[in-house]
Amino acid sequence: MAILIDESSRIITQGITGKTGQFHTRNCLAYAHGRAVFVAGVTPGKGGQVFEGIPIFDTVAQARAETGANVSVIYVPPAFAAAAIDEAVEAAIETIICITEGVPVKDMILSRQRMKGSGSVLIGPNCPGIITPDVVKIGIMPGYIHQQGPIGVVSRSGTLTYEIVDQLSKLGLGQSTCVGIGGDPVGGLKHLEVMKLFNNDPQTEGVVLCGEIGGMDEETCADWIGQHLKKPVAAFIAGSTAPAGKRMGHAGAIIAGGKGTAEDKIRALEAAGVAVTRNPARIGEAMRAALG
Amino acid sequence: MKVHEYQAKKILKDYGVRVPAGCACFSVAEAVQATETIGGDRWVIKAQIHAGGRGKGGGVRLAASIEEVTTHAGDILGMQLVTHQTGPQGQKVERLLVEQGIDISVEFYVGLVVDRASQKVTMMVSAEGGTEIEEVAQVTPERVCQFTVEPGKELGATDALQLAQYIGLEQGSARNASTILQQLYRAFWEMDATLAEINPLVLTNDGQVIALDAKINFDDNALFRHPEVLQMRDLAEEDPNEITAANAGLSYIALDGNIGCLVNGAGLAMATMDIIKLYGGEPANFLDVGGGATTEQVTEAFKVMLKNPNLEAILVNIFGGIMRCDVVAEGLVQAAKVVKLGVPLVVRLEGTNVELGRQILQDSNLDMIAASTMADAAELAVTAAGA
Repeated sequence: MAILIDESSRIITQGITGKTGQFHTRNCLAYAHGRAVFVAGVTPGKGGQVFEGIPIFDTVAQARAETGANVSVIYVPPAFAAAAIDEAVEAAIETIICITEGVPVKDMILSRQRMKGSGSVLIGPNCPGIITPDVVKIGIMPGYIHQQGPIGVVSRSGTLTYEIVDQLSKLGLGQSTCVGIGGDPVGGLKHLEVMKLFNNDPQTEGVVLCGEIGGMDEETCADWIGQHLKKPVAAFIAGSTAPAGKRMGHAGAIIAGGKGTAEDKIRALEAAGVAVTRNPARIGEAMRAALG
Repeated sequence: MKVHEYQAKKILKDYGVRVPAGCACFSVAEAVQATETIGGDRWVIKAQIHAGGRGKGGGVRLAASIEEVTTHAGDILGMQLVTHQTGPQGQKVERLLVEQGIDISVEFYVGLVVDRASQKVTMMVSAEGGTEIEEVAQVTPERVCQFTVEPGKELGATDALQLAQYIGLEQGSARNASTILQQLYRAFWEMDATLAEINPLVLTNDGQVIALDAKINFDDNALFRHPEVLQMRDLAEEDPNEITAANAGLSYIALDGNIGCLVNGAGLAMATMDIIKLYGGEPANFLDVGGGATTEQVTEAFKVMLKNPNLEAILVNIFGGIMRCDVVAEGLVQAAKVVKLGVPLVVRLEGTNVELGRQILQDSNLDMIAASTMADAAELAVTAAGA
């Protein structure tokens, strides 16, 4: 078991003929069941072509009709990313993962509005993707650092997530699924929704939550953890040393109006019984200790 | 991206929002000339810097004669204006806004932000205008009315009127204010703003509703469709090192400490700053080299960090995913040949091709301290900076 993606996923790459799409699709194909689960690519105007043995279609709807795809990963440039998400939603793709960084906020607000009532789930944008170790990798993370196991990982970061996974794997703590939800202010799944999925996943025995300054998502998730989650959680919040009003790389990582500080988030998580570590080199150990 | 008050007012005026008659000025002579263009017998001289709190810092003054205009404009132009948002060093004033004096009866607050929780744009109005709205929202949240606008729709006339009535306006004034709220929302939405404030929106003694101040921040990711906004960028308001870094594809922010950090990825870069602090040091900067980290980028990163006179050590923390550690190591070695570091360099590499990367560093004559984990790296950097 895992969350969101497994060996039954049938995946298409939107923007498969771009440099980024090609590079990462190749890596994903080479990972575990990649050859079986990546079934199509989409690039308007390039339908009928083939990439690495994968058929390319002009539209997501065609790709879905021909291959039964239910998952999409998006690498198209920022100006067209929201339209690509909308197209996947209209084609009733269940899980949409948008890797693209730099999507305008207004585009995402409109796209999220259009998604309402659809059956689609969005991850990202500006995220590394999702991996269910030794089964399927969708996104830009290095596959080899992961191991199959009982720990769920949910994070707003990219390389910091790799750091955490590396720590877990070196301690022998494999992962059920790792979800990079992305660093933008408006996007798809938040910590809370991923946490609910992990709660219902029998393989997941503990969860690492990695957050960062900005917004209230970690606080909201903390409230729910305190009331509902039965599994141990370890957490790290990046940005304790970040000054207010300065955007720390990610569009969403900014302390604005006195809200979204690391201290606020740490306090909320600790109040919910989460094992929060302030040392990013000890997140794996914090998870091991929390497992008891 | 931020713009000046006079630029924000120009945009709002284009959307029909009533603003005081005014002129942007770059010299005392222009300020004097502006009074003739504007007319009247009282003017306000306003320092144009991106930071808020200008009035309290002495950057906004009333003038009732040409002599006073000359004096105030001369005083403000060139001053280092210190506000709660500028930091102790302040910001040099190079532009003024000269405006007609307005007889204020009542002040209100109007603001628009992207609300992350609802994923919609929220309008906030309050009768507590002219003050720090964040404080009002925290201490007396019942004095701020929030209204969420459905994406893709206008702020409706009825809703706008209710918001105007909420802050205590009646009849004609309420109708005028509600029109301004609608115009402000349209400007925010069409121009891809992330924040817009009119603080204060004022009711004058003769019943007019006017935007006395204006602030608009724009979404950097949407500037490609607003070249006219991009032209309003004032580089003098930005840290020159941050501009240099940005031109090299680096995300750099100067901080107060003495340990420079060079990291790939924003989250890991923040975590690296945090762990330096945890081990008793102070980070000198946030620096994310992104997903590439070419020799050129690493060279630029070193150069930018070394401009900081407080720098005592550099910590490189790279987790190679797609970026291979051997490529990063080559970049570090080459960059260190070009740039004379002069401070201890601690390098921690992990991830793809890490053994190869470490070997390259070892085989080079690069004077550096190798660390295996983030914790080791932080400890070594803190020690090196203190020595």
